[in-house]
Amino acid sequence: MRAWERIWLGVTIALMILATLAVFLYAPREAKMGDVQRIFYFHISTAWSGFLAFAVALIGAIAYLRTRSARWDQLSHAAVEVGLVLLTMAIVTGSLWARPVWNTWWTWDPRLTTTTITWVVYLAYLLLRNAVENPETRARFAAVYAIVAFVTVPITYLSARLLRTIHPIVLGPSVSSEAQGQFGLTPRMVHTMVLSLIAWTLLFSVLLWMRYRVQRAQETLEGLEAVAEEA
Amino acid sequence: MGYLVAAYLVFWGVTFFYVLYLLRRQQALEERIARLRARFNPEQGEEKR
Repeated sequence: MRAWERIWLGVTIALMILATLAVFLYAPREAKMGDVQRIFYFHISTAWSGFLAFAVALIGAIAYLRTRSARWDQLSHAAVEVGLVLLTMAIVTGSLWARPVWNTWWTWDPRLTTTTITWVVYLAYLLLRNAVENPETRARFAAVYAIVAFVTVPITYLSARLLRTIHPIVLGPSVSSEAQGQFGLTPRMVHTMVLSLIAWTLLFSVLLWMRYRVQRAQETLEGLEAVAEEA
Repeated sequence: MGYLVAAYLVFWGVTFFYVLYLLRRQQALEERIARLRARFNPEQGEEKR
């Protein structure tokens, strides 16, 4: 591991620990929901990082189509996998928060439904990608797919702001009178949320870098195996 | 409190196992690359896609 990687990893771990401590010790206990509201900091951070990952996948896809450089395709592929892991965590933590607040683990609410669609669309990216044999066709197909798939991200974001939903909107006004679990952010809550968002963004960058390196090694190996077969 | 603990366990558990999976996969790939490179001369070994 190179020096800058060690610093990067060290800062990420330190911020993750600091954010966790802030969630438990600095952020105030929410009056109506109690301690379970602290899931919010994990839930929003994993969701944000997941959508950020899909944005990186979009950038990688566009850059691949412009340059045809395999590195952009590798980045896009890595970002989708990391994004799926983070979005899965957001869904699971959201469900754990929903049980005590909404009295159900799951409901087909517009926000939850659009999030599930996003999750399925990106899972299909990974499955369909593996079905294409030719590397160039695979990369081109994956790039176009990643661009189209990104449409689900703004739809998910806007679903809770434009449609009738029980999902609370913490940042900005809620248009739905049916929102359950709504709460106002106090300054300490804002500090904790910002710290969590920074920590999780750094964690995402570390995971993306690790996954990107795996992808590069995988494709190097495939290239060497092709040479071995020809020899 | 149980839901809060569960959420945190899910997060740290998934993160830990995903990092472990990536590290092991990277290590396995590097070992296979090293073995293949050892079979060929340096020119062929350095060839990349």
